[in-house]
Formats: sequence, C-alpha cells, structure tokens
Amino acid sequence: MKGRKVATKEYPVIWLQGAGCTGCSVSILNAVSPRIQNLLLDEVVPGHRLNLLFHATIMAGQGEPVIEVLKDTKKNRKGGYILVVEGAIATAESGAYGSIGEIDGKHVTVQQSVEELGKNALLAIALGTCSADGGIPAAQPNPTLCKGVKAVFDEKGIETPVVNVPGCPPHPEWFTGTISVILFSGAEALDLENLGRPKLFYGQLIHENCPRRADFDKGKFAKKLGEPGCLYQLGCKGHYTYADCPLRQWNNGVSWCVKAGSPCLGCVEPEFPDGTSPIYEKITFEDLK
Amino acid sequence: MSTRIKIDPVTRIEGHLAIEAVIDDGVVKEAKSAGTLFRGFEIILQGRDPRDANRLTQRICGVCPTSHATASALCIDDAFGLTDKISDNARLIRCLILGSNFLQSHILHFYHLAALDYVDAVSAIGELAPFVPRYEGDYRVSGEANAELVNHYVRALDIRRKCQEMLSIFGGKMPHSVGIVPGGVTEKPTEDKITNFLWRLNEIRDFVSNTYIPDVIAVAKAYGDYFEIGQGCKRLLAYGGFDLPTGKLFKSGVVSPDLQLQPFAEENITEDLKHSWYADSESGKSPAQSQTKPEPNKKRAYSFIKSPRYEGKVCELGPLARMVNNYVQADAKVKGLVDSLLGQLGAGVEGLFSVLGRHAARALESKFVADSMVDWLQALKPDEPTIVDNEIPETGEGAGLTEAPRGAVGHWMTIKDKKIDRYQVVTPTAWNASPKDDRDQPGAIEQAIIGTKVKDKDNPFELVRIVRAFDPCLACSVHLLDAKGSKSGVFRVV
Repeated sequence: MKGRKVATKEYPVIWLQGAGCTGCSVSILNAVSPRIQNLLLDEVVPGHRLNLLFHATIMAGQGEPVIEVLKDTKKNRKGGYILVVEGAIATAESGAYGSIGEIDGKHVTVQQSVEELGKNALLAIALGTCSADGGIPAAQPNPTLCKGVKAVFDEKGIETPVVNVPGCPPHPEWFTGTISVILFSGAEALDLENLGRPKLFYGQLIHENCPRRADFDKGKFAKKLGEPGCLYQLGCKGHYTYADCPLRQWNNGVSWCVKAGSPCLGCVEPEFPDGTSPIYEKITFEDLK
Repeated sequence: MSTRIKIDPVTRIEGHLAIEAVIDDGVVKEAKSAGTLFRGFEIILQGRDPRDANRLTQRICGVCPTSHATASALCIDDAFGLTDKISDNARLIRCLILGSNFLQSHILHFYHLAALDYVDAVSAIGELAPFVPRYEGDYRVSGEANAELVNHYVRALDIRRKCQEMLSIFGGKMPHSVGIVPGGVTEKPTEDKITNFLWRLNEIRDFVSNTYIPDVIAVAKAYGDYFEIGQGCKRLLAYGGFDLPTGKLFKSGVVSPDLQLQPFAEENITEDLKHSWYADSESGKSPAQSQTKPEPNKKRAYSFIKSPRYEGKVCELGPLARMVNNYVQADAKVKGLVDSLLGQLGAGVEGLFSVLGRHAARALESKFVADSMVDWLQALKPDEPTIVDNEIPETGEGAGLTEAPRGAVGHWMTIKDKKIDRYQVVTPTAWNASPKDDRDQPGAIEQAIIGTKVKDKDNPFELVRIVRAFDPCLACSVHLLDAKGSKSGVFRVV
C-alpha cells in the first residue's frame, strides 16, 4: 500500500500474565494475517506499529531488568501505551497469590501491576475469559478470589477504558482485529456491546450462523457425540453464546468446535464455566436466569 | 565470599518461575527452584460432572492442553470401565492430536523459548523489544550462520502454527482442543481428512529433519561445553505414552545413572510435602490417595510445587527420559537416531545428561514422533467407529498416565454420586522443578544447577540455559509475604 511518507506511530504494549495458562498468547501466535512476526516487527497498518516492550513468554530478558521495563513504561509513557492482560487477577491475601517478578527484593503482584500500569495506560485489553470475567480460576469455590480487569479497575476507581476480548482462548483475529480498529481509527472507534466486547466479533449468536442450524429447525438432534444433527441435546451452548466462530472458523479456517462434533462450550461468556456446565448437558436460557 | 543470584521472573518458559542460586568462588553451592502449583484446579474440579474434567483440565496449560486432554480421557475411560473398548481409530486419532502438539511445543521451545540464549537476534534485527533487554557477552554464533538461525526463528513461528492447524483437522481447534472425549474422539477419519493431514505433516517433517535438527547441531558445535553443564540427577522416568493399537510408542521405565533399566510401577510414586505449602499430614502419600490441602504459612516451605518421588528418589522427566528409556529398551529407530547424532557431534551417551543433550533429545524425539505419525494415519479405517457409548458410574476410580511434551503426566480421579469427589494432577514440571523433599534431596532442576560454574554473575547465562533446557511449564509464580512484608517464599497457582 502506497501512501504519504509520515513518521511511524508507535504503540508500546505491555502484556501481563496473571492466573491463566498462556493459552491466549499461544492463540495469538496462531494469527494468520497479520502473522505474529508482522505484529512484532512490521507496521501492522501503514504508518502504525506495535512495540511489544514486555511479554514474559517471548521477551529475551529476565529478572530485575525486565521489571525495570514496567517501571519505566508506567512513568515515562503515561497515557501512551496499551496494556494487555491475560489471565485473571488473584485478589485474595492482597494479591499474594499472583506475582510477576521481583524488584529491589520486593515482589510485584499481578494485582498491583494491573492497577498501576492500568492507571496510566491509553487503554486496557482484557484478553481471554479469565481476564475479562475471571474464567476458570474464578470458578466455584474461587480459591484465590480471582477477578477480571474491569472489576479490579472499578473497585479502585481506575477510569482507563477496558476492551473485553474473551474466549478460552480468544480467536487470534478477535485480538488482531481489535488492534486494527485502534491503529486505523483510534480506540474511540471501537463499538462495544453491553459486556464491553467489540460488536465486530461478538455481535451475533453462534446459533444464528451455525451450519447445524437447519438441523435444529427441523428438530434433527444428535443423541450421541459423533452423530450428525444439532448438538443442543448434548449440551451445545451456541444459543446463548455471542461469537463469530461459525463464520470465521479456527486455526486458519480448518475447523471449529461444532464442526468437529463438539458442543459449543460458551467459552466467551461471563458465566463460563460455572453457568455453562455440565458441559455435555442441555442448559436452557431459562436455567441461566 | 558467597553471592546470591535471584532471577525472577525466569522468562521464556510457560508461566513464571523464580530461581535462586548461592554462589561461592564462582560455583553454585545451593539452588532453589521456586515454582508453584496451586491455582486450585483440583479444588475447582470437586463436585463437577466427571466428563467436564476432560475440557477443564486442558486449561491448566495453553502450551500442552492436549496432554491433559489425553491424560484426563484415559483417567475417565478407566473410571467408566471403557479402557478396553476404545476403538483403534480413536486410539490413533488421539495419538495424532497429541503428536501434533508435541511437534508445535518442541519447535516453539527450541526456537522461541530457548534459542535467544544462544542466537544473537539483536545483530540481525536491531535493538528492538522484545529482543532487548537481554543478557550480554556470550553469543558465539556470528555472521551468516547467526542470521540464518534468526531467519529460522521467524520461519519456525509459521511451522508451529501449522502444527496446530494440522491438529485441528481432528481436534477442532487449538489451544484447548475438543476432539478427544471420554470413550474416543468426536471426528471421523474420512479419506480427505487423512490426506489433508498427511501433506501438512510432510511439510513439518521436512522442517524437523532439514532445519530443526541441523540447527540444534549448529548450536551444539558452538557451545560444546554445554554437553558437560547441567548434568542433573541422571535418573530418568517415563510413564510411557501414545497408546497405539500396537502398544505404546514411548516405553515406560526408570533408568538409573549407569543406564540400568527398572520396570515402572505406578504405586511407587509418592509426593513429599516438607518444603511445599501443603499440610504435612498428606506427605509421602500416593497421588491416588492424597488430598490437596494448602497451608501457605507453613515454615520451611518455599514452593507450592509438591515433590513427587519414585521409590523416594529424585527423577528427571521429559524427552531425554523418554529417548533414553526407548534407547536402553533397544528401540531400533530411537537407537539409530541417537547414535547417529552423537556420532556427528563426537559425544558419548553420557553427554546426553546435559543442557545440549536435552535439546538434542527433544529434536530427535520430534523426528521420531513425526515419522511415526505417517504410519498412524495409514492405519486409520474410514468406515470404522471412533467412539463408544458411555455412562457416568455411580462411583468409580480412575488413573490416566501418559506423556506430555515436557514429560510424564498423570491424572487420578474418584467419582462419588456421579460427581468428581477427588481429582489429582501430577505434572512433569512438578518432578523437574520440585523443591527439596522430606529427605532434603534437591529437585531435578536444583540438582542440575548445583555445582555449575557461573562466569559472570550479572549475566548468568549458565543458569537460564540449564533451566530452559528442561522446558519448565508453570503458569504464574506466586510469592508469599509474611506479616512483616519480607519474603517467605514463592509459590504458584496452576
């Protein structure tokens, strides 16, 4: 794409990992267009690039020098960086159940990092269901009192905008697509629904676009896993799950849960997993109320 | 005079880990691997539908979810009385799913987690985050050879992604696949899927044979001293894994430091808790009987990882353990691969007990698994079943033991009133990164660090190279503070 030569605008990114499994990061590594190498090295859209200052799974450095990067970003790049949070925030015992490292002989908890870096960020992306809503670590009995980013921000009166990009894990394009809106049109252009998720990806029910919808309409239901037919009786949560999996499909369009014969788990919804299980049992919309 | 080095966080692993080493006259005298194991997963699983463990335990780890899918499916099959009824197709497809993720995990480990300790990315890419900051002073490959390795770092990003795309043909999606379920698998092995899988696999096999293994050799030639660094406990344990219709691809066994083989028996596994934040009353028990009772204020403890032991002995798990186990059990393919590589490098079998030995074993294992997968694809029968009917029993007990990319993994479950009454997971990193046990024997990584010469305490390359060669898999290390605010230890939440 040719355009007027202008200075590249850079968006520093701090990526923190709390009570999670690194699955969100691995999912983003699966991005196809742009690929992960484009996100790291290139202008993602002409004139705009990311600058991934901190990501514990891929950064070269370790120990105190990388914790210094966080301190420096918070202080010197106020209002100019994007905070990505993966994993839930353990809040029991003042955050002592989750630490990201040590500086000057003191531990830096996930909770403290999310709050302090959150305060000065341009915006926060709560990536994955753990970060958006607590997810599995927050499931009953929630042993470490895990919460999502927005809940932690609200408690501390932090007003930095939060974009929820849930999923267990999220589709890589839900992340790269959100980044594209921010880089092309600015964060204010993100059109979010009532749960803080971009309508672009979470605007329609799985059920609306499901290739097995015709089976549902005809009353043709699979009775056992591996059978053709709608998976509603086997616990599919597609009728109350908002995501574009059936249209976008997963892993470069190879497949997705329902195509592989598995009921939708409802993994993008704030009720996941307590409100969406038993996974293989029918749960009606009324059961949720 | 002794110096204390603390590396926290240890990055480029799955999750967080802190390493502490006390150095005297340039040599490590004491080491603490202060990783963790408590997100409360086992507690969260109590009272749930037993089948849900198969979906939920994958979320223990986004890098190796398929290992937990496999272990939990075997565990549930066992508890439901289905083990002998699983069809050949289902066994093969489960192995193809697990194998695909071995490949993505091993490639990710060498290029994206470990290589930056050996390859100078900055000279090829520039002073760019996330490649700076970093340790300085010991990058030994230069010029074109270095630039080529950096190119392969980038290419390997595509190849590992393609491993997950291949996996999704039968697994539905990754991370957190859906294809493996109690009783079998959900997908059918139609001819078009088999062929689609095969040609994706061929591209990955080409990369493993012609890029990954040669790159490991190139690094090994430049860093030959690392055939002697990080020897560790030299006792290698494998539960065995990849349950094919013809038997297990990886054999089970315990290999002693003098390469003597002892058969593996599950009842010899116990978990010590003296230095872990759990109630001492549960110490020394088998995982099939123990309960997870956290005690975060326990004195002496410094980790939430338990200390699994085999007949009370410290063991190393992982690709090295598996390859040596198959090697001493005269597996012709593995013997051929290992002997050929050692010949090229002029190293003996004892050189395998080292940082480079672990990288080499992982690369050779990738080839062994990838080549075997071709046979598995050809054994699939498109018209035959992939799943058997099943019902949740009123009560039951099950165990699921298999191999994950990082080593042997086990799940144990008890069912009561059709619900999960007790669930225990013992991960390979619990063995490798365990703290001292009840007899004060340091864990496998701790032993590999102790005795190491550290040339530059501000850039302790030796320590991080040793730790990363084990490919530890933690989620997030968690630090406990005592009432005065000073550190009392480190733990983590799985």
